[in-house]
Amino acid sequence: MQILSGNEAFARGVYEAGVTVACGYPGTPSTEILENAVKFKPAIYCEWSPNEKVAFEVAAAAACAGARAIVTMKHVGLNVAADPLMTLSYLGVEGGFVAIVADDPGMHSSQNEQDTRNYARFAKIPLLEPSDSQEAKDFLKLGIEISEKYKTPVIVRTTTRVSHSRSIVELAERVENTRTIGLEKNPPRWVPVPQWARVMRRTVEDRLGKLRADACSSPANRIEWRDKSLGIITASIAYQYVREVWPEASALKLGFSYPYPDDLIRQFAGSVQKVLIVEELDDFLEEHIKAMGIACVGKQFVPNIGELSVTTLQASRAKMEGREVPAETPTPFADELPARPPVLCPGCPHRGVFAALGKYDVIVTGDIGCYSLGAFKPLNRLDIILCMGGGISMAHGLDKAGDKRTIVGIVGDSTFFHSGVTGLMDIAYNKGCSKIIVVDNRTTAMTGHQDHPGTGQTLMGEPTVTISIEEIGRACGFKRVRTINPYNTNETLEVLNEELSVKEPSLIVSRGGCPLHEKKKVGPVRRINQDLCKACRACVRIGCPAIDGGQKKPFINEFLCNGCSLCQQMCAFGAISAVEEKL
Amino acid sequence: MSDNGAIESVVLAGVGGQGILLASEILAKAAMIAGNDVKTNEVHGMAQRGGSVIGQIRYGKKVYSPLVARGTARVLCALEQIEALRYAEYLAPGGLVVVNSQTITPVTVSMGAAKYPKDVEAKLRSVFPRLIYFDAGKRAVEVGDIRAANVVLLGALSTGLDLPMEAWKRAIEDSVKPKFREMNLKAFDIGRSCA
Ligand code: SF4
Ligand code: SF4
Repeated sequence: MQILSGNEAFARGVYEAGVTVACGYPGTPSTEILENAVKFKPAIYCEWSPNEKVAFEVAAAAACAGARAIVTMKHVGLNVAADPLMTLSYLGVEGGFVAIVADDPGMHSSQNEQDTRNYARFAKIPLLEPSDSQEAKDFLKLGIEISEKYKTPVIVRTTTRVSHSRSIVELAERVENTRTIGLEKNPPRWVPVPQWARVMRRTVEDRLGKLRADACSSPANRIEWRDKSLGIITASIAYQYVREVWPEASALKLGFSYPYPDDLIRQFAGSVQKVLIVEELDDFLEEHIKAMGIACVGKQFVPNIGELSVTTLQASRAKMEGREVPAETPTPFADELPARPPVLCPGCPHRGVFAALGKYDVIVTGDIGCYSLGAFKPLNRLDIILCMGGGISMAHGLDKAGDKRTIVGIVGDSTFFHSGVTGLMDIAYNKGCSKIIVVDNRTTAMTGHQDHPGTGQTLMGEPTVTISIEEIGRACGFKRVRTINPYNTNETLEVLNEELSVKEPSLIVSRGGCPLHEKKKVGPVRRINQDLCKACRACVRIGCPAIDGGQKKPFINEFLCNGCSLCQQMCAFGAISAVEEKL
Repeated sequence: MSDNGAIESVVLAGVGGQGILLASEILAKAAMIAGNDVKTNEVHGMAQRGGSVIGQIRYGKKVYSPLVARGTARVLCALEQIEALRYAEYLAPGGLVVVNSQTITPVTVSMGAAKYPKDVEAKLRSVFPRLIYFDAGKRAVEVGDIRAANVVLLGALSTGLDLPMEAWKRAIEDSVKPKFREMNLKAFDIGRSCA
């Protein structure tokens, strides 16, 4: 017995299921699955792929060859991998294939709140939804089993609260895959040209029918009979809240929720007086159950925005019973409590780029990563963000739309490799003029520091080629490619002055390692000489959390300072200097 | 109204990077060693970059939700003092509050967009009748390392829970590297004596 997070339990399940290939791209809340799976090397080959589509394709091919394979990603990652997903459904697999996709209801660390369950229906493949760590492990194994039995890809959908909650898990032994690995030479099976794809299309529909029957008898779906005046149909983490808010009610707990287990739903609904559907995000179950002609309530009481909790469901219950919704307890001294938003760390290399860009009247298209924090005060240096890689292509779009200002696109290194390169080609090929800055901190920082094609190391811990962003830029047709040290303000401004004034696209690589990742200070800790300080607050305006500007004259928290010297370069009065290292 | 017996809930509040994860791991293990079902929840991702974060731990005969509902935490512990106020709504009536007197200035304050509250101790005392308020970092330095402040706080909050000392000891030994064991056990004892 061990206390495991949902993601650790998934990794354990990957091991126990005899999986040998595991791929993914980091994304909260899915990242720790592969970080824990790699602990089982060499039994499992693990890799961070450049993006989710590549990861999906690598794992899919492995499964077509008979290996057991999984791929992990966050919800928005499945949009990137949607292309292979839709057709892998047609091809099917030989070895078990599971895509573990993590949703983020409440958007704790995401740009949107999409419900991955819709993808299972869209791709016509089975969907499993664990509600705690034990189920995370068990359902991963069940997913591999279903996948092999029906030769279908399977989605296991998790959420932030399933992935990042810990609970007690019983461990089991690994069961090895006994298949001989190798792609069978059989074009009608693997080549979806129209005449063969039409045959596959029928197979998909037949398979769904068989899966539906299986779902009705699956141990992952269970009826818990209690009082029959109310029956609740629920799945995933919502089940746990339901048990606390309606402990007396009967429940149909769905773990294998697509294809919808219609007979089971009918049997349950027919035996209770009233049916309530409690699901997080979309009305994925409710819409279907209503279409089956079953009278039920759901989203009229249960929110479809944000995540559920015992507290929100207590409010739903009160509303449903016509009682007054319990009032929120006010936070004491609420209006005196300063907000504590996330910020770029002390010594973060991105700060220098944003601080420098603050001096120009430009429009900045941003991207997904720590540097999206540059949108906040006091840096205020990001104007629009859409999606991974969008920082580059959107710069081109604004440029082509005829925005009179100079357009600067900012992407991170990992994001650049993920989906920035194609946008870069577009700018050069279609004669754009935008300026692209890759803020290269040598890691995928926001998700907790994972390797990528530019770091020189694989997830398996082996040294490998370091792919050069500058060389990619040149190969994509950029004639102006510059590299800057973001900790050197003068150099940064000099390069920006030149590059922003030419009527040609340019690629600027701002290279500085993430100090949190490298676990070392950039330089000696800085101190403000209070006698020399004129309280102009220039250093405060770079938004470093180590600088406490709460009083008239700011001071530096030497415990937090990472010694990047940026504040020192801002100070016109020479008040900031390095603290002598005590030996 | 629940059929799962008494559930004990604990909320740990602080600032991303302060070491809530280790504290919550030790607490969960202690609860499991004492024979309980246990669930915890932790924050990853964006908020860890210096944002306000909480860790939640629940244990008892059978735990369903990993999240603590409003007004049900037996103990609320804040690693940074004003975070205790921010998460006060979690506390059950009569619950114990343990607060580290440390101040971490939020950027909103550094930039002059907000002010850090004055007389925090008096405010905490006015809101929380059962309050343990002390400088856990200072006590941690006494045993050898400021980073043991979270274990000092665990020692203090352990007085508000019913877990046996033996379970705490084993949980600490199990969660930290052998060379830090003795120091962390001492940190826990010091914290307990601060209560
Ligand atoms: S983790 Fe690294 S890249 Fe992210 S804000 Fe902190 S220093 Fe910057
Ligand atoms: S040198 Fe200045 S800007 Fe850099 S981390 Fe230290 S206080 Fe912050």
